[in-house]
Amino acid sequence: MTPAPDVVVIGAGVVGAACADALSAAGLRVTVLGRWFAEGAATGAGMGHIVVMDDSPPQLALTAWSRAKWAEWAPEMPADCEDVRTGTLWIAANEGEWGALEAKRRAYAAAGVASDVLDAAALAREEPNLRPGLAGALRVPDDRVLYPPAAARWLLERAAERGATVVEDLVRRIAPGEVVAEGARMFCGAIVNATGISAPRLTPGLAVIPRKGHLLITERHPGFCRHQLVELGYLASAHTMTAVSTAFNLQPRATGQLLIGSSRQLVGLDASIDRQVLAEMLARAIAFVPALARLTALRAWTGFRPATPDSLPLIGAWPGADRTFIAAGHEGLGITTAPATAAIIAALITGTRPPIDAAPFAPARAMPAMEAA
Amino acid sequence: MSAERTTLAAAMMNDGVTAFRTSVRGAARGPLCGMGICFECRVSASGAPHERSCLMPRAAGDSPRAEARSLECDVAVVGAGPAGLAAAARAAEAGKQVVMVDASPAPGGQIWRQGDGAAAPRAARAWLARIVRPNVRVLQHAEVIDAPSATTLLVATGDDTVRVHARAIVLATGARELFLPFPGWTLPNVLGVGGVQALAKNGLDVRGKRVVIAGSGPLLLPVAAYLASHGARLAIVAEQARPEMVRAFAISLWKDPARAAMAARMRAAFLRTPYRAGVWVSRADGDDRVREVTLTDGERSWREPCDLLACAFGLIPNTELARLMGAQVKRDGIVADGSQRTTVPGVYAAGECTGVGGAPLAIAEGEIAGLAAAGVTSAPSELLARRARERAFAVRVDSTFLLRGSLSTLAAPDTILCRCEDVTVGEVSAAESSREAKLRTRAGMGACQGRVCGAAMEYLFHWKPAEPRAPLFPASVGALAARDERAR
Repeated sequence: MTPAPDVVVIGAGVVGAACADALSAAGLRVTVLGRWFAEGAATGAGMGHIVVMDDSPPQLALTAWSRAKWAEWAPEMPADCEDVRTGTLWIAANEGEWGALEAKRRAYAAAGVASDVLDAAALAREEPNLRPGLAGALRVPDDRVLYPPAAARWLLERAAERGATVVEDLVRRIAPGEVVAEGARMFCGAIVNATGISAPRLTPGLAVIPRKGHLLITERHPGFCRHQLVELGYLASAHTMTAVSTAFNLQPRATGQLLIGSSRQLVGLDASIDRQVLAEMLARAIAFVPALARLTALRAWTGFRPATPDSLPLIGAWPGADRTFIAAGHEGLGITTAPATAAIIAALITGTRPPIDAAPFAPARAMPAMEAA
Repeated sequence: MSAERTTLAAAMMNDGVTAFRTSVRGAARGPLCGMGICFECRVSASGAPHERSCLMPRAAGDSPRAEARSLECDVAVVGAGPAGLAAAARAAEAGKQVVMVDASPAPGGQIWRQGDGAAAPRAARAWLARIVRPNVRVLQHAEVIDAPSATTLLVATGDDTVRVHARAIVLATGARELFLPFPGWTLPNVLGVGGVQALAKNGLDVRGKRVVIAGSGPLLLPVAAYLASHGARLAIVAEQARPEMVRAFAISLWKDPARAAMAARMRAAFLRTPYRAGVWVSRADGDDRVREVTLTDGERSWREPCDLLACAFGLIPNTELARLMGAQVKRDGIVADGSQRTTVPGVYAAGECTGVGGAPLAIAEGEIAGLAAAGVTSAPSELLARRARERAFAVRVDSTFLLRGSLSTLAAPDTILCRCEDVTVGEVSAAESSREAKLRTRAGMGACQGRVCGAAMEYLFHWKPAEPRAPLFPASVGALAARDERAR
């Protein structure tokens, strides 16, 4: 009989894959239960924008540390991960947004994250397809873009090379030291619940709710834009828990295709395309980049971000359940922050010091109430 | 011959162009389907990239535009082939306001395609005349890209969109060819069987061209006859079905003298060319285009030089719109009851999209659907009898032209399966579902949205095709940004 694993990681999206990678690198016997291509999961649906976010000091620390890790991994990643250092342009639509732009630059600088301000003329030179009359942008040159399902698969394969086992199975319930899946019952040292929007199913009481998003991808139009383009107003859209919001977010893919976002909705798990929200999102993108209107749209889809009431992920031990750890609730930043999440989880399980302060991410912290629509 | 119906694709091929586009991995590609399905004939036209040249008139710059943003009607008919024309005519003659939506430059569908090389046959002309009425409006070069509700269609016409609001909708979306991968099938000038015919009817000059037809089903005969009578040098017509089945089917035609006479007439048009059952393609070879094809009868293989290879393995119903609308669909087509009603109230389906059965069946179903959609509750018994007779014939056709199992083993691991994204059979076969294959290899993520490779994967690996989503066909971002003023 094979020995019981030290850790069972539940969920094979990018967060679970990164946890398996970090735990196996720490010398632990790891079993992963899940499918990296799971239907409806954020890894298969998301944009894959590796971005430093400054909306709160813990988020800044988590995203900055993680982005550095992705950059370190980049030379090893296979070509199908489609990793490109595009940089991000945070676009100020009008003079009124200069203040916010400058505050953002200072916050990045304090954290050692490089950025520089582009005035209107420089912005037009960098991205000629943006409409004239925009005030300027903050360029964050080290942000990147990758293809999340391939990156998750690469992390899983790396863990497997170190002896981790990956099993496609659906976990029914967990108890300390015990995992009951459809295919097997398993005993283990520790458990990591990395199942994104499904996390509360295994750990009742977790404050994770699905926040739906729409994305649309175009035909190949190489050279149409070079940076990931995001409106400065994006943060307001991302961090205000309204029923529906859209923000301009345009991503050049390695293939020459363009990915257009973004929308946020609290509508439960209805995965159907909301035509009005999609239209609003595209109209907003066209308002920033008029030439988008004539490009050919290939496909649109939806996905669910695992959101939390205070917009920070849940990373750490779950009180009351011995050796049970949570790595979930990353909302739209799961791809970006998977490396730091995994490093914190690995440190907590092996009893070493996490690379960044993990206290703000404690899964049972006090949080504002949030109602699903 | 009038030049107005020559498509850009046909004109380019006549000019000797073989490389219409460069694939993801840099290979030259040309038209395959000839009917707007495969997206292999994309070119930049009138300043817009990624346009399907098989749907564009040769004269550029006259991309049709809709005048209205929104149309109201009693009955909307999607598709202007035999079923759609019959449905539209019957509904209009019952006094209803009808809007027809059709992707081609002219009505007729695939079988009654009108073009330079083709005047529509007599039956077609009669139906085409019946829709020329003040209460029928036909949107050509128009594609349904979404159905926001069971009474609304979002239609893309050029860069514009029109919302068609209808009390009833008849789906007459027809069928497309089943393409199965084999080594060399991505070479320029390897086309579908219906694909060659579509291009020829729209102006492709086949005079003196050496053509091999290899495939399956009743379609081979009219295409062979058409190409031969238009000056092509047919090398062979290879039918993959078993010879004894085809023989028995031919003998059974004596019960149907009209059909027997038509088959004899078609066969007479290419009498000097062998028609061989139990023969199929195993590979194609060439350089900038196909030069020869290897055929086999399972024991012996031989090569046939050719300029064009017409190859497809029968027809499969177009059910994407029906599935998007939530109608029940089985493998052989959209589920419809005796009145051609789908499982979605107010939505009807007729013709090949409900099960492949030929134009006469499509007409009967279209007439019944058109009457029902117009609120005529009882269809004439003659019509019901005609439909029953044609369905019985369709069953005989189906059982005759069964695809042999060895067709699923033609492809080598390095044979392209997904033509849009250049993904090989070997890469895809590592996956266990179409979704896994898609996320792992990009198979099915391209412009044809899996219409070509999805059907092949279903055949090769028995994978369920992905659920269709809007936009059903690639459409401009601007078209999808248009808001519905009536909603919310």
